[in-house]
Amino acid sequence: MAEVEPRSHDVLIIGAGGAGLRAAIAASEAGASVGLVCKSLLGKAHTVMAEGGIAAALAHVAERDSWQVHFRDTMVGGKLLNDPRMAEIHAREAPQRVRELERWGAVFDRTRDGRILQRPFGGHTHPRLAHVGDRTGLEMIRTLQDRAVATGIAVYQECTITHLTTTDGRVSGAIGYWRADGRPAAFQAKAVVLATGGIGRIYEVTSNSWEYSGDGHALAYLAGAELIDMEFVQFHPTGMVWPPGVRGLLVTEAVRGEGGILRNRLGERFMWKYLPDARRHEYAETDDEAMRWVEALTEGRQTDARQPPELSTRDNVSRAIYTEVKEGRGSPHGGVFLDISYLPPDRVRRKLPSMYDQFTELADVDITRVPMEVGPTQHYMMGGVRVQAETGATTRPGLYAAGEVAGGMHGANRLGGNSLSDLLVFGQRAGVAAARAAGALRAMPALSASQVDDALAELEEPLVRGAGDDPYRIHQELKATMQSLVGIYRTENDLDAALASIAELRRRSEGVRVDGPRAFNPGWDLVFELRNMLIVAEAVTLSARMRTESRGAHSRLDHVLSDPAWEHLNVVICPDGLAMRVEGTPAVALTDDQRTLVNKG
Amino acid sequence: MAIGLVFTGFIIYSLISSLFWLPEFGVAYEVEGYLSPFFSPLIAPGLLPPWFSPAILVLWIPLGFRTTCYYYRKAYYRAFFFDPPACAVGEPWFHRRYAMERKFPFILQNLHRLFLYLAFIPLAFLWLDAFLSLRHHDGWRIGLGGVLLFVNAALLSGYSLSCHSLRHLVGGGLDCFSCDARTRARHGLWQRVTGLNRNHAMWAWASLASVIAADVYIRLLAIGLIGDPALRF
Amino acid sequence: MAETILWVLRGSDRESARWIEYRVETEEGMVVLDALHWIQANLAPDLAVRWNCKAAKCGSCSAEVNGRPRLLCKTRLSDFPEGEAITVEPMRAFPLVRDLVTDVSWNYQVNARIAPFAPPADAPEEAWRWQQEDIERIQEFRRCIECFLCQDVCHVLRNHETENEFAGPRYLVRVAGLEMHPMDQGDRLAYLRTDAGAGYCNITKCCTEVCPEHIRITDNAIIPLKERIADRYYDPIRIAWRKLRGGSEPGEPPAPAS
Ligand SMILES: Cc1cc2nc3c(=O)[nH]c(=O)nc-3n(C[C@H](O)[C@H](O)[C@H](O)COP(=O)(O)OP(=O)(O)OC[C@H]3O[C@@H](n4cnc5c(N)ncnc54)[C@H](O)[C@@H]3O)c2cc1C
Ligand code: SF4
Ligand code: SF4
Ligand code: FES
Ligand code: FES
Repeated sequence: MAEVEPRSHDVLIIGAGGAGLRAAIAASEAGASVGLVCKSLLGKAHTVMAEGGIAAALAHVAERDSWQVHFRDTMVGGKLLNDPRMAEIHAREAPQRVRELERWGAVFDRTRDGRILQRPFGGHTHPRLAHVGDRTGLEMIRTLQDRAVATGIAVYQECTITHLTTTDGRVSGAIGYWRADGRPAAFQAKAVVLATGGIGRIYEVTSNSWEYSGDGHALAYLAGAELIDMEFVQFHPTGMVWPPGVRGLLVTEAVRGEGGILRNRLGERFMWKYLPDARRHEYAETDDEAMRWVEALTEGRQTDARQPPELSTRDNVSRAIYTEVKEGRGSPHGGVFLDISYLPPDRVRRKLPSMYDQFTELADVDITRVPMEVGPTQHYMMGGVRVQAETGATTRPGLYAAGEVAGGMHGANRLGGNSLSDLLVFGQRAGVAAARAAGALRAMPALSASQVDDALAELEEPLVRGAGDDPYRIHQELKATMQSLVGIYRTENDLDAALASIAELRRRSEGVRVDGPRAFNPGWDLVFELRNMLIVAEAVTLSARMRTESRGAHSRLDHVLSDPAWEHLNVVICPDGLAMRVEGTPAVALTDDQRTLVNKG
Repeated sequence: MAIGLVFTGFIIYSLISSLFWLPEFGVAYEVEGYLSPFFSPLIAPGLLPPWFSPAILVLWIPLGFRTTCYYYRKAYYRAFFFDPPACAVGEPWFHRRYAMERKFPFILQNLHRLFLYLAFIPLAFLWLDAFLSLRHHDGWRIGLGGVLLFVNAALLSGYSLSCHSLRHLVGGGLDCFSCDARTRARHGLWQRVTGLNRNHAMWAWASLASVIAADVYIRLLAIGLIGDPALRF
Repeated sequence: MAETILWVLRGSDRESARWIEYRVETEEGMVVLDALHWIQANLAPDLAVRWNCKAAKCGSCSAEVNGRPRLLCKTRLSDFPEGEAITVEPMRAFPLVRDLVTDVSWNYQVNARIAPFAPPADAPEEAWRWQQEDIERIQEFRRCIECFLCQDVCHVLRNHETENEFAGPRYLVRVAGLEMHPMDQGDRLAYLRTDAGAGYCNITKCCTEVCPEHIRITDNAIIPLKERIADRYYDPIRIAWRKLRGGSEPGEPPAPAS
């Protein structure tokens, strides 16, 4: 313990993406002293990659839009498994959170009458996504970053947290290391907010970055908190499939929002076939009607035409593409075609500038002239740390969670654009709640010397171990396992095989060894990420195995239909000694008012 | 580097050219109704001592304009001051203190806009000269010299109208373009100047070439080496 | 399968850093960052390189490839002549951490000194209207991904000891985005002239050449700022005119749009 002098803050926030920054601003404005830790540089968090926009019922483009409609869309998209209180708070507060960004200097694209412009997205009844071309996340993170720095919080960059500490059953701080030199780092806090994002690195094909090793999920789990909905992993329908180096890289849904058409090798617009009957009436009936909708959009006027079939929900479009490819109607590199080249090149370049750059620079494809090739890619984790809707409090005292790491808000499937608004709404709430909790606590909880020592010893081990497995190999095998056995379609046999393989990989991971110094050593980073990924992989697989039905993003080939018995159940994971316990828990019931709203459409 | 040499060449050429006319070519600054752009506007040639070239009275304007021009500054800082010699290749090979445009003399570059205002005066005369050259010996003619003068005036206008300072003055200084009718009008102007400004370097070189071409042409005419092909009406 | 030779400058301080040769198995479409990842997975698991998005969106993976500042995730191996070795080294303008990673914290310190966005205190929601044409200019500046390549290449920071006096192109871009914002009431001209040292920039445009976001840094951000500074401090006509009218400080804030 002597080696590390802990830094103390009322509120410690782990993660500097949209959720973490928004929480930091809120906690700081509520008077708390705030420390913000992130494992890469400030402003590089995953949020920076978000492209399409922030969903909020501002009703600037479609006057009929309202929070009620947004709430309904979110619940319907999540197959009613969402925590309805979260979905309601989210729909109600998103508009004010977006306007606030503008007051902090964000510069959104404008409508003709000078207000924030909104674009259509899959699953949203009305055009609803406030955006800046296709770099909305950059705008958001830069705005929050500048604001957070101006409020005077302490930022600890490139510091990886590997352990949470507890004092008398309460989360009281965090331990990790500085990446620049590998020295240990310790933090002491009255409240800790997790905002670490997602889990994409357990899959081979993902739109996520190296940061997404499920650290927050695992840290919460190891601290005894519950995880919820872990079987719901979102596969985005359109990732790049070629060249190999960029396989999985996201092609924003905005391409379809702006009129992109999906076709198979035979030139068929296959999405017509895959619209679920219950929702067919919400989509255009003919190519013509879809075209009229695109034209109206291009000219910025209202229309009675309905949206194109490509704007169906992500789970549905992903399955459609998967099926087309599986049945032999795929494109040369194993995807399908996404075509926007029939629009004027100018418009494509203006509305989708980074997509244009991405394809010309990385794939030598000019999307204003030829179609892109796309296929499903792991994109988002609906499941996460179980939190209280109003405060983001986890089931562990002193620990809060917000953003992608928190579960419940999106149910079985997230709508595009609902994540950025989720970050803002629940980031703010978690920040306020954590500050309040910290205020209620008189003394700073003491760090337990033995916990610190244990954590430091665990950090040291892989560097001093004589011989051992290579973490890169284990990671590769884990990714291969998850990709092939726990992907878009699942079966009990596959899931069992996956569990066996995860157990074996865990055993091997306990004896890994890394070469080189502590300073900026990616091999060493991987050791702890691997620990976290294995926990998350097991949680995903166990939850998927338990839910014996298909719903939203979770599709079982051995249980292809939705089962009413599961309609009101969430799967919850928590530690039970050294084992992982998994159980079904009754979902939060809708209030009568909420039910009326949901049934309206 | 080549760029720097060409620009120096221009300065030297213009100085020599504007200083030496009298002794060689006699009293008339005009040849066949054409006036070399270096001598326009022709200021009181009769009042000056014969050794004093009237071009000097004007030449400082275009020279000052070009010397403080943002584009030429880039060119000669890179070429003459090696600040920087090229963009970042490998190890930086020198370290020294540096003040650049914060201190005298380079702080004077900030006066560029004054030269811009002044530059419009000779420019107006160049257009005038070009038009005047259409009328010759009581008849109308379009001569090659006239065409050169027109092209020169047009390129110089392109150069002046694409100036960064002008871009700022017409609208760049505003924060809100859509606020009222006046700012909207200025936004329109700003957009035009911005369009020209994208190619400011091109305008800079093209107008430089045209000035020299016109001057050389008129001199050749003056010494009778060539004739002036023209359409006469 | 093709092979490409990469020379990577490795080490923890500039003096002892060494060029190490790696032979990388390459496939079509690979970028330099892919090659480095291949090295990590197969030859040198501890090779330090910073990256996040691998999509040219976060600005983490800045380094110098064949002596030119670039994003590693956007530089394709096929951009270079086949068979010739490619050199990869850390950005030179910043202190070395290890291998390709440099300490860029200086940039964050500079950023913290810039006065933040200052909207009118009590503007009602209806006043927050502006047109696309008002913001197109600043949207260009807001594309910046903070890769710091412009800071790396700028000779003022690279070759002269001016870290304390010159904010660098990235931050002139940021200030331009604030100063030209239709709702901003802040006044950063004095800061620009003195602390930010805008006069150090001699508009030589290397920053514009390397910017991966194609921001026209010099033409659209720095020169217009220099002109604004000249308006206030160096334009004898305006200064005289202001004196005549008796106004002392000129920083007239724009009226909120209505
Ligand atoms: C390509 C792409 C496009 C997207 N587009 C959209 C869109 O258009 N609209 C939308 O709503 N959503 C979109 N999303 C989803 C959305 O961007 C993410 O869900 C969201 O940004 C997550 O934000 P966050 O704040 O939870 O986490 P992040 O922004 O990922 O931040 C995580 C932070 O946690 C830190 N961290 C992680 N682990 C540790 C650790 N162990 N120690 C210390 N710090 C740690 C990281 O350094 C980082 O700062 C997109 C996602 C991707 C990948
Ligand atoms: S133009 Fe100015 S800021 Fe840009 S590299 Fe040159 S000196 Fe530096
Ligand atoms: S201005 Fe361009 S080069 Fe400079 S940091 Fe921003 S994106 Fe990078
Ligand atoms: S900037 Fe070149 S003439 Fe003004
Ligand atoms: S990794 Fe994000 S810019 Fe290269």
